[in-house]
Amino acid sequence: MLAKRIIPCLDVKDGRVVKGINFVELRDAGDPVEQAKVYDQAGADELVFLDITATHEARQTVIDLARAVAEQVFIPFTIGGGIRTVDDMRGILRAGADKISINSAAVRQPELISQGAEAFGSQAIVVAIDARRVGNKLAVSSEQLAVSGKRVDAPDSSFIIPHSQFIIPHWEVYVSGGRTATGLDVVAWAVEAERRGAGEILLTSMDADGTQEGYDLELTRAVATAVNIPVIASGGAGTVAHFAQALTVGGADAALAASLFHYKQLTIAEVKAYLVNQGIPVRV
Amino acid sequence: MNKSAITMIDYGASNIRSAQKAFEYIGAEVVLTEDPEVVRKADRLVLPGVGAFGSGMAGLRQRHLPEAIHEAIQRGVPFLGICVGMQLLFDESDEMGLHQGLGLIHGRVTRFPLHNSSFLIPNLKIPHMGWNQLEPAWEHPLLAGVKRGDYTYFVHSYYCDPAAATAVLAWTDYGFPFAAIVAQDNIYGLQFHPEKSQSIGLRILQNFLQT
Repeated sequence: MLAKRIIPCLDVKDGRVVKGINFVELRDAGDPVEQAKVYDQAGADELVFLDITATHEARQTVIDLARAVAEQVFIPFTIGGGIRTVDDMRGILRAGADKISINSAAVRQPELISQGAEAFGSQAIVVAIDARRVGNKLAVSSEQLAVSGKRVDAPDSSFIIPHSQFIIPHWEVYVSGGRTATGLDVVAWAVEAERRGAGEILLTSMDADGTQEGYDLELTRAVATAVNIPVIASGGAGTVAHFAQALTVGGADAALAASLFHYKQLTIAEVKAYLVNQGIPVRV
Repeated sequence: MNKSAITMIDYGASNIRSAQKAFEYIGAEVVLTEDPEVVRKADRLVLPGVGAFGSGMAGLRQRHLPEAIHEAIQRGVPFLGICVGMQLLFDESDEMGLHQGLGLIHGRVTRFPLHNSSFLIPNLKIPHMGWNQLEPAWEHPLLAGVKRGDYTYFVHSYYCDPAAATAVLAWTDYGFPFAAIVAQDNIYGLQFHPEKSQSIGLRILQNFLQT
Protein backbone atom coordinates (compact mmCIF):
# COMPACT_ATOMS: atom_id res chain seq x y z
CA MET A 1 0.00 0.00 0.00
CA LEU A 2 1.23 3.46 -0.82
CA ALA A 3 2.50 5.05 2.38
CA LYS A 4 1.65 8.49 3.65
CA ARG A 5 4.83 10.56 3.89
CA ILE A 6 6.39 12.52 6.75
CA ILE A 7 8.64 15.29 5.51
CA PRO A 8 10.98 17.51 7.55
CA CYS A 9 11.75 20.90 6.05
CA LEU A 10 15.15 22.57 6.41
CA ASP A 11 15.85 26.26 5.78
CA VAL A 12 19.16 26.91 4.05
CA LYS A 13 21.01 30.13 3.41
CA ASP A 14 24.15 30.41 1.28
CA GLY A 15 24.31 26.61 1.20
CA ARG A 16 24.17 26.24 4.99
CA VAL A 17 21.30 25.03 7.12
CA VAL A 18 20.08 27.93 9.27
CA LYS A 19 16.99 26.21 10.65
CA GLY A 20 17.49 22.55 11.15
CA ILE A 21 17.79 19.85 13.74
CA ASN A 22 19.39 20.93 17.02
CA PHE A 23 21.65 18.05 17.85
CA VAL A 24 24.64 18.55 20.10
CA GLU A 25 26.16 15.44 18.58
CA LEU A 26 26.26 17.04 15.15
CA ARG A 27 29.78 18.09 14.33
CA ASP A 28 28.49 20.79 12.04
CA ALA A 29 24.83 21.67 12.45
CA GLY A 30 25.01 23.90 9.39
CA ASP A 31 26.06 21.11 7.08
CA PRO A 32 23.07 20.12 4.93
CA VAL A 33 24.49 16.63 4.36
CA GLU A 34 24.79 15.92 8.09
CA GLN A 35 21.28 17.21 8.66
CA ALA A 36 19.92 15.13 5.82
CA LYS A 37 21.65 12.02 7.13
CA VAL A 38 20.18 12.48 10.59
CA TYR A 39 16.68 12.80 9.17
CA ASP A 40 17.24 9.88 6.81
CA GLN A 41 18.19 7.69 9.77
CA ALA A 42 15.30 9.06 11.81
CA GLY A 43 12.83 7.75 9.25
CA ALA A 44 12.06 10.81 7.10
CA ASP A 45 10.41 9.72 3.86
CA GLU A 46 11.60 12.73 1.96
CA LEU A 47 13.31 16.06 2.64
CA VAL A 48 12.55 19.60 1.62
CA PHE A 49 15.30 22.23 1.56
CA LEU A 50 13.99 25.75 1.44
CA ASP A 51 16.62 28.18 0.18
CA ILE A 52 16.16 31.57 1.80
CA THR A 53 19.27 33.10 0.26
CA ALA A 54 18.33 36.64 -0.63
CA THR A 55 20.41 37.13 -3.76
CA HIS A 56 19.90 35.43 -7.07
CA GLU A 57 23.68 35.38 -7.60
CA ALA A 58 24.06 32.74 -4.90
CA ARG A 59 22.31 30.09 -7.04
CA GLN A 60 25.44 28.03 -7.31
CA THR A 61 25.45 27.30 -3.59
CA VAL A 62 22.08 25.59 -3.82
CA ILE A 63 23.30 23.48 -6.75
CA ASP A 64 26.33 22.46 -4.68
CA LEU A 65 23.97 21.60 -1.85
CA ALA A 66 21.89 19.33 -4.11
CA ARG A 67 25.03 17.60 -5.33
CA ALA A 68 26.43 17.04 -1.85
CA VAL A 69 23.15 15.67 -0.51
CA ALA A 70 22.63 13.37 -3.51
CA GLU A 71 26.04 11.81 -2.96
CA GLN A 72 25.29 10.57 0.51
CA VAL A 73 21.57 10.50 1.15
CA PHE A 74 19.40 8.02 -0.71
CA ILE A 75 15.88 9.27 -0.15
CA PRO A 76 14.06 11.77 -2.38
CA PHE A 77 14.55 15.45 -1.74
CA THR A 78 13.06 18.71 -3.00
CA ILE A 79 14.71 22.10 -3.24
CA GLY A 80 12.68 25.29 -3.25
CA GLY A 81 13.16 29.00 -2.85
CA GLY A 82 14.19 31.59 -5.40
CA ILE A 83 13.78 29.38 -8.47
CA ARG A 84 12.76 31.64 -11.34
CA THR A 85 13.71 29.96 -14.59
CA VAL A 86 13.83 26.56 -16.27
CA ASP A 87 17.61 26.87 -16.15
CA ASP A 88 17.47 27.26 -12.37
CA MET A 89 15.43 24.05 -12.25
CA ARG A 90 17.78 22.20 -14.58
CA GLY A 91 20.86 23.01 -12.51
CA ILE A 92 19.29 21.73 -9.30
CA LEU A 93 17.72 18.60 -10.81
CA ARG A 94 20.89 17.66 -12.69
CA ALA A 95 22.83 17.98 -9.45
CA GLY A 96 20.67 15.20 -8.02
CA ALA A 97 17.55 16.76 -6.48
CA ASP A 98 14.37 14.82 -7.28
CA LYS A 99 12.01 17.77 -7.33
CA ILE A 100 12.08 21.54 -7.30
CA SER A 101 9.38 23.65 -5.77
CA ILE A 102 8.26 27.02 -7.09
CA ASN A 103 6.05 29.53 -5.34
CA SER A 104 6.13 33.25 -6.20
CA ALA A 105 7.64 32.63 -9.63
CA ALA A 106 4.80 30.26 -10.52
CA VAL A 107 2.22 32.93 -9.68
CA ARG A 108 4.08 35.58 -11.66
CA GLN A 109 4.73 33.28 -14.63
CA PRO A 110 2.37 30.29 -14.56
CA GLU A 111 3.91 29.04 -17.82
CA LEU A 112 7.00 28.21 -15.75
CA ILE A 113 5.05 25.23 -14.38
CA SER A 114 4.31 23.81 -17.82
CA GLN A 115 7.81 24.53 -19.09
CA GLY A 116 9.29 22.73 -16.12
CA ALA A 117 6.89 19.80 -16.48
CA GLU A 118 7.70 19.45 -20.18
CA ALA A 119 11.43 19.57 -19.60
CA PHE A 120 11.67 17.36 -16.49
CA GLY A 121 8.31 15.65 -16.05
CA SER A 122 5.46 16.62 -13.73
CA GLN A 123 6.86 14.46 -10.94
CA ALA A 124 9.76 16.92 -10.58
CA ILE A 125 7.62 20.06 -10.29
CA VAL A 126 6.13 20.95 -6.92
CA VAL A 127 4.03 24.11 -6.68
CA ALA A 128 4.19 25.60 -3.19
CA ILE A 129 1.21 27.68 -2.12
CA ASP A 130 1.14 29.98 0.91
CA ALA A 131 -2.51 30.33 1.92
CA ARG A 132 -4.22 32.77 4.23
CA ARG A 133 -7.83 32.49 5.31
CA VAL A 134 -9.79 35.56 4.29
CA GLY A 135 -13.04 35.00 6.05
CA ASN A 136 -16.03 32.92 5.34
CA LYS A 137 -17.18 34.35 2.06
CA LEU A 138 -15.50 35.09 -1.21
CA ALA A 139 -13.58 38.29 -0.60
CA VAL A 140 -12.47 38.73 -4.20
CA SER A 141 -14.37 39.11 -7.43
CA SER A 142 -14.20 36.61 -10.24
CA GLU A 143 -12.03 39.09 -12.17
CA GLN A 144 -9.52 38.97 -9.36
CA LEU A 145 -9.63 35.19 -9.51
CA ALA A 146 -8.39 35.30 -13.07
CA VAL A 147 -5.10 33.50 -13.33
CA SER A 148 -2.67 34.89 -15.86
CA GLY A 149 -5.33 36.16 -18.20
CA LYS A 150 -7.40 33.00 -18.06
CA ARG A 151 -10.59 33.53 -16.14
CA VAL A 152 -11.16 31.01 -13.45
CA ASP A 153 -14.86 30.61 -12.83
CA ALA A 154 -16.08 31.83 -9.51
CA PRO A 155 -18.35 29.46 -7.62
CA ASP A 156 -21.66 29.04 -9.34
CA SER A 157 -23.98 31.87 -8.36
CA SER A 158 -26.75 29.32 -8.02
CA PHE A 159 -24.86 27.98 -5.06
CA ILE A 160 -26.87 29.95 -2.54
CA ILE A 161 -25.83 29.91 1.07
CA PRO A 162 -28.88 28.18 2.51
CA HIS A 163 -28.43 29.11 6.09
CA SER A 164 -26.71 31.91 7.92
CA GLN A 165 -24.57 29.50 9.93
CA PHE A 166 -23.39 27.77 6.78
CA ILE A 167 -19.81 28.73 6.29
CA ILE A 168 -17.83 28.66 3.08
CA PRO A 169 -14.19 28.98 4.03
CA HIS A 170 -11.96 30.74 1.55
CA TRP A 171 -8.22 31.28 1.26
CA GLU A 172 -6.04 33.69 -0.66
CA VAL A 173 -2.64 32.99 -2.21
CA TYR A 174 0.25 35.01 -0.82
CA VAL A 175 3.71 35.32 -2.39
CA SER A 176 7.13 36.75 -1.55
CA GLY A 177 7.44 34.82 1.68
CA GLY A 178 3.87 35.63 2.67
CA ARG A 179 4.29 39.40 2.35
CA THR A 180 2.25 40.01 -0.78
CA ALA A 181 -1.41 39.16 -1.32
CA THR A 182 -2.26 38.13 -4.87
CA GLY A 183 -6.06 38.10 -4.90
CA LEU A 184 -5.91 34.51 -6.16
CA ASP A 185 -8.17 31.90 -4.68
CA VAL A 186 -6.05 29.04 -3.29
CA VAL A 187 -8.26 26.20 -4.54
CA ALA A 188 -8.57 27.74 -8.00
CA TRP A 189 -4.81 28.30 -8.15
CA ALA A 190 -4.08 24.71 -7.09
CA VAL A 191 -6.38 23.42 -9.85
CA GLU A 192 -4.68 25.73 -12.33
CA ALA A 193 -1.24 24.53 -11.20
CA GLU A 194 -2.29 20.91 -11.74
CA ARG A 195 -3.70 21.73 -15.17
CA ARG A 196 -0.39 23.30 -16.11
CA GLY A 197 1.54 20.20 -15.11
CA ALA A 198 2.43 20.46 -11.42
CA GLY A 199 3.10 17.03 -9.94
CA GLU A 200 2.46 17.96 -6.35
CA ILE A 201 1.12 20.81 -4.20
CA LEU A 202 3.00 21.92 -1.08
CA LEU A 203 0.26 23.72 0.81
CA THR A 204 1.18 25.95 3.75
CA SER A 205 -1.41 27.58 5.96
CA MET A 206 0.00 30.94 7.01
CA ASP A 207 -2.63 31.13 9.73
CA ALA A 208 -1.63 27.83 11.29
CA ASP A 209 2.13 28.10 10.67
CA GLY A 210 4.04 28.48 13.91
CA THR A 211 1.00 27.99 16.14
CA GLN A 212 1.51 24.25 16.73
CA GLU A 213 -2.26 24.06 17.03
CA GLY A 214 -2.75 21.77 14.09
CA TYR A 215 -2.87 21.91 10.31
CA ASP A 216 -5.69 23.88 8.68
CA LEU A 217 -7.75 20.81 7.89
CA GLU A 218 -10.45 22.64 5.97
CA LEU A 219 -7.85 24.22 3.71
CA THR A 220 -6.02 20.94 3.22
CA ARG A 221 -9.22 19.09 2.45
CA ALA A 222 -10.49 21.79 0.11
CA VAL A 223 -7.32 21.55 -2.00
CA ALA A 224 -6.86 17.78 -1.71
CA THR A 225 -10.37 17.11 -2.99
CA ALA A 226 -10.06 19.65 -5.80
CA VAL A 227 -6.88 18.23 -7.36
CA ASN A 228 -5.81 14.75 -8.40
CA ILE A 229 -2.13 15.21 -7.54
CA PRO A 230 -0.57 14.64 -4.11
CA VAL A 231 -0.93 17.40 -1.53
CA ILE A 232 1.63 18.01 1.22
CA ALA A 233 0.06 19.66 4.26
CA SER A 234 2.26 22.23 5.97
CA GLY A 235 2.00 24.63 8.87
CA GLY A 236 0.69 24.09 12.39
CA ALA A 237 1.87 20.62 13.42
CA GLY A 238 2.22 20.37 17.19
CA THR A 239 1.15 16.87 18.20
CA VAL A 240 1.13 13.37 16.72
CA ALA A 241 -2.64 13.65 16.34
CA HIS A 242 -2.23 16.67 14.07
CA PHE A 243 -0.34 14.52 11.57
CA ALA A 244 -3.05 11.88 11.63
CA GLN A 245 -5.73 14.52 11.09
CA ALA A 246 -3.96 16.06 8.11
CA LEU A 247 -3.55 12.64 6.49
CA THR A 248 -7.12 11.48 7.10
CA VAL A 249 -9.60 14.35 7.60
CA GLY A 250 -7.41 16.69 5.56
CA GLY A 251 -6.93 14.14 2.80
CA ALA A 252 -3.24 15.01 2.45
CA ASP A 253 -0.74 12.50 1.03
CA ALA A 254 2.12 13.85 3.11
CA ALA A 255 2.64 16.09 6.12
CA LEU A 256 5.53 18.48 6.52
CA ALA A 257 6.96 20.00 9.68
CA ALA A 258 10.04 22.02 10.53
CA SER A 259 10.58 23.39 14.05
CA LEU A 260 8.68 20.54 15.67
CA PHE A 261 11.31 18.10 14.44
CA HIS A 262 14.31 20.42 14.61
CA TYR A 263 13.78 21.13 18.29
CA LYS A 264 12.93 17.49 18.95
CA GLN A 265 9.52 18.23 20.41
CA LEU A 266 8.52 15.14 18.49
CA THR A 267 10.56 12.59 16.61
CA ILE A 268 9.54 11.13 13.26
CA ALA A 269 9.49 7.71 14.94
CA GLU A 270 6.93 8.94 17.48
CA VAL A 271 4.76 10.38 14.76
CA LYS A 272 4.95 7.19 12.71
CA ALA A 273 4.27 4.92 15.69
CA TYR A 274 1.10 6.89 16.33
CA LEU A 275 0.05 6.77 12.68
CA VAL A 276 0.58 2.99 12.58
CA ASN A 277 -1.62 2.74 15.65
CA GLN A 278 -4.28 4.72 13.86
CA GLY A 279 -4.14 2.34 10.92
CA ILE A 280 -2.56 4.91 8.61
CA PRO A 281 -0.02 3.31 6.23
CA VAL A 282 3.49 4.66 6.78
CA ARG A 283 6.97 3.36 6.05
CA VAL A 284 8.52 2.09 9.28
CA MET B 1 33.60 -3.08 0.48
CA ASN B 2 32.62 -4.64 -2.77
CA LYS B 3 35.01 -3.74 -5.55
CA SER B 4 32.76 -4.83 -8.38
CA ALA B 5 32.76 -2.69 -11.47
CA ILE B 6 29.59 -1.82 -13.30
CA THR B 7 29.08 -0.21 -16.65
CA MET B 8 26.27 2.31 -16.64
CA ILE B 9 24.70 3.15 -19.97
CA ASP B 10 24.46 6.89 -20.58
CA TYR B 11 21.91 7.34 -23.35
CA GLY B 12 21.15 10.99 -22.96
CA ALA B 13 17.57 10.87 -21.77
CA SER B 14 18.12 10.41 -18.11
CA ASN B 15 19.43 12.02 -14.97
CA ILE B 16 21.69 9.17 -13.96
CA ARG B 17 23.77 10.93 -11.36
CA SER B 18 21.85 9.62 -8.34
CA ALA B 19 22.03 6.00 -9.53
CA GLN B 20 25.76 6.36 -10.15
CA LYS B 21 26.31 7.84 -6.68
CA ALA B 22 24.34 5.01 -5.05
CA PHE B 23 26.53 2.37 -6.70
CA GLU B 24 29.66 4.29 -5.71
CA TYR B 25 28.36 4.59 -2.16
CA ILE B 26 28.19 0.79 -1.84
CA GLY B 27 31.71 0.50 -3.17
CA ALA B 28 31.26 -0.23 -6.86
CA GLU B 29 33.37 1.35 -9.55
CA VAL B 30 31.10 2.95 -12.10
CA VAL B 31 32.05 3.37 -15.74
CA LEU B 32 29.67 5.69 -17.58
CA THR B 33 29.52 5.03 -21.28
CA GLU B 34 27.53 5.64 -24.43
CA ASP B 35 29.94 3.55 -26.52
CA PRO B 36 28.45 0.28 -27.87
CA GLU B 37 31.91 -1.34 -27.86
CA VAL B 38 32.31 -0.69 -24.14
CA VAL B 39 28.81 -2.09 -23.56
CA ARG B 40 29.64 -5.24 -25.57
CA LYS B 41 32.64 -5.93 -23.36
CA ALA B 42 31.11 -4.99 -20.01
CA ASP B 43 30.97 -7.45 -17.11
CA ARG B 44 27.89 -5.96 -15.49
CA LEU B 45 25.45 -3.52 -17.05
CA VAL B 46 23.02 -0.99 -15.62
CA LEU B 47 20.44 0.89 -17.67
CA PRO B 48 19.15 3.75 -15.51
CA GLY B 49 16.27 5.92 -16.52
CA VAL B 50 14.22 8.98 -15.92
CA GLY B 51 12.16 10.32 -18.79
CA ALA B 52 9.85 9.07 -21.50
CA PHE B 53 10.03 5.61 -23.09
CA GLY B 54 10.13 6.90 -26.68
CA SER B 55 12.98 9.34 -26.14
CA GLY B 56 14.85 6.68 -24.14
CA MET B 57 14.61 4.20 -27.00
CA ALA B 58 15.61 6.90 -29.49
CA GLY B 59 18.64 7.70 -27.34
CA LEU B 60 19.69 4.05 -27.35
CA ARG B 61 19.24 3.70 -31.13
CA GLN B 62 21.14 6.89 -31.94
CA ARG B 63 24.12 5.41 -30.14
CA HIS B 64 23.68 1.92 -31.71
CA LEU B 65 23.21 0.51 -28.23
CA PRO B 66 20.31 -1.98 -28.65
CA GLU B 67 22.48 -4.51 -30.59
CA ALA B 68 25.32 -4.12 -28.10
CA ILE B 69 22.93 -4.71 -25.18
CA HIS B 70 21.49 -7.82 -26.85
CA GLU B 71 24.98 -9.22 -27.42
CA ALA B 72 26.09 -8.57 -23.85
CA ILE B 73 22.96 -10.22 -22.46
CA GLN B 74 23.45 -13.25 -24.70
CA ARG B 75 26.93 -13.56 -23.22
CA GLY B 76 25.25 -13.87 -19.82
CA VAL B 77 26.27 -10.49 -18.44
CA PRO B 78 24.10 -9.45 -15.43
CA PHE B 79 21.88 -6.60 -16.60
CA LEU B 80 19.83 -4.26 -14.43
CA GLY B 81 17.24 -1.83 -15.78
CA ILE B 82 15.96 0.85 -13.40
CA CYS B 83 12.56 2.56 -13.77
CA VAL B 84 12.29 3.52 -17.46
CA GLY B 85 15.42 1.38 -17.89
CA MET B 86 13.28 -1.60 -16.78
CA GLN B 87 10.41 -0.60 -19.05
CA LEU B 88 12.75 -0.44 -22.06
CA LEU B 89 13.44 -4.18 -21.60
CA PHE B 90 9.90 -4.96 -22.81
CA ASP B 91 8.43 -5.34 -26.29
CA GLU B 92 6.54 -2.07 -26.49
CA SER B 93 5.05 0.88 -24.64
CA ASP B 94 2.06 3.10 -25.39
CA GLU B 95 3.59 6.15 -23.67
CA MET B 96 2.91 9.06 -26.07
CA GLY B 97 2.34 6.86 -29.11
CA LEU B 98 3.32 3.24 -29.60
CA HIS B 99 7.08 2.59 -29.26
CA GLN B 100 9.06 -0.59 -29.72
CA GLY B 101 11.32 -1.55 -26.83
CA LEU B 102 14.34 -3.83 -26.56
CA GLY B 103 12.12 -6.94 -26.48
CA LEU B 104 14.33 -8.76 -23.97
CA ILE B 105 11.36 -9.61 -21.75
CA HIS B 106 8.02 -10.28 -23.41
CA GLY B 107 5.17 -8.02 -22.50
CA ARG B 108 4.11 -4.42 -22.77
CA VAL B 109 4.30 -1.18 -20.85
CA THR B 110 1.05 0.66 -20.31
CA ARG B 111 -0.40 3.53 -18.33
CA PHE B 112 -2.08 3.17 -14.97
CA PRO B 113 -5.82 3.40 -15.57
CA LEU B 114 -7.23 6.89 -15.13
CA HIS B 115 -9.25 7.45 -12.04
CA ASN B 116 -12.92 6.50 -12.21
CA SER B 117 -12.24 4.42 -15.32
CA SER B 118 -13.31 1.27 -13.53
CA PHE B 119 -15.53 0.40 -10.64
CA LEU B 120 -12.97 -2.19 -9.63
CA ILE B 121 -10.06 0.19 -9.25
CA PRO B 122 -10.15 2.94 -6.62
CA ASN B 123 -9.50 6.56 -7.48
CA LEU B 124 -5.72 6.67 -7.46
CA LYS B 125 -3.39 9.50 -8.25
CA ILE B 126 -1.06 9.35 -11.23
CA PRO B 127 1.93 9.30 -11.18
CA HIS B 128 2.23 6.55 -8.61
CA MET B 129 4.64 8.50 -6.44
CA GLY B 130 5.95 7.62 -3.03
CA TRP B 131 6.90 4.67 -0.85
CA ASN B 132 5.12 1.43 -1.55
CA GLN B 133 5.56 -2.18 -0.47
CA LEU B 134 7.18 -5.18 -2.13
CA GLU B 135 5.53 -8.55 -2.26
CA PRO B 136 8.24 -11.02 -3.34
CA ALA B 137 6.93 -13.80 -5.59
CA TRP B 138 9.79 -16.22 -5.00
CA GLU B 139 13.17 -16.42 -3.36
CA HIS B 140 16.01 -14.95 -5.32
CA PRO B 141 19.52 -13.70 -4.48
CA LEU B 142 18.50 -10.21 -5.69
CA LEU B 143 16.09 -10.08 -2.74
CA ALA B 144 18.52 -11.28 -0.06
CA GLY B 145 17.74 -9.33 3.11
CA VAL B 146 14.51 -7.94 1.67
CA LYS B 147 11.32 -8.81 3.52
CA ARG B 148 7.74 -8.92 2.39
CA GLY B 149 6.24 -5.48 3.00
CA ASP B 150 9.52 -3.56 2.74
CA TYR B 151 9.09 -0.12 1.20
CA THR B 152 10.79 1.28 -1.90
CA TYR B 153 10.34 4.62 -3.64
CA PHE B 154 8.33 4.76 -6.87
CA VAL B 155 7.72 7.54 -9.39
CA HIS B 156 5.97 6.39 -12.56
CA SER B 157 2.76 6.66 -14.56
CA TYR B 158 3.34 3.56 -16.71
CA TYR B 159 3.87 0.00 -15.54
CA CYS B 160 5.24 -3.22 -17.06
CA ASP B 161 2.80 -6.00 -17.88
CA PRO B 162 4.92 -9.10 -18.60
CA ALA B 163 3.43 -11.76 -20.88
CA ALA B 164 4.52 -14.41 -18.37
CA ALA B 165 3.81 -13.80 -14.69
CA THR B 166 6.86 -15.97 -13.97
CA ALA B 167 9.03 -13.02 -14.99
CA VAL B 168 7.77 -11.10 -11.94
CA LEU B 169 10.06 -11.38 -8.94
CA ALA B 170 8.12 -8.95 -6.75
CA TRP B 171 4.72 -7.31 -6.97
CA THR B 172 3.50 -3.99 -5.63
CA ASP B 173 -0.11 -3.04 -5.13
CA TYR B 174 -1.43 0.20 -6.54
CA GLY B 175 -5.11 -0.51 -6.96
CA PHE B 176 -4.02 -3.86 -8.42
CA PRO B 177 -0.72 -5.75 -8.30
CA PHE B 178 1.87 -4.71 -10.88
CA ALA B 179 5.46 -5.84 -11.52
CA ALA B 180 7.83 -4.00 -9.17
CA ILE B 181 10.78 -6.30 -9.96
CA VAL B 182 11.26 -8.57 -12.95
CA ALA B 183 13.90 -11.27 -13.29
CA GLN B 184 14.55 -13.46 -16.29
CA ASP B 185 17.86 -15.35 -16.42
CA ASN B 186 20.55 -12.66 -16.17
CA ILE B 187 18.13 -9.77 -16.83
CA TYR B 188 16.67 -7.78 -13.93
CA GLY B 189 14.41 -4.77 -13.80
CA LEU B 190 13.36 -2.50 -10.92
CA GLN B 191 10.34 -0.24 -11.40
CA PHE B 192 11.19 1.76 -8.27
CA HIS B 193 14.28 3.89 -7.72
CA PRO B 194 16.74 1.87 -5.61
CA GLU B 195 18.95 4.97 -5.43
CA LYS B 196 16.10 6.73 -3.58
CA SER B 197 14.91 3.77 -1.52
CA GLN B 198 17.23 4.14 1.43
CA SER B 199 18.81 1.01 2.90
CA ILE B 200 16.49 -1.45 1.09
CA GLY B 201 17.38 0.11 -2.25
CA LEU B 202 21.10 0.01 -1.52
CA ARG B 203 20.77 -3.61 -0.39
CA ILE B 204 19.16 -4.62 -3.69
CA LEU B 205 21.93 -2.86 -5.63
CA GLN B 206 24.49 -4.67 -3.50
CA ASN B 207 22.73 -7.97 -4.22
CA PHE B 208 22.90 -7.18 -7.92
CA LEU B 209 26.66 -6.71 -7.65
CA GLN B 210 26.87 -10.24 -6.30
CA THR B 211 24.65 -11.94 -8.88
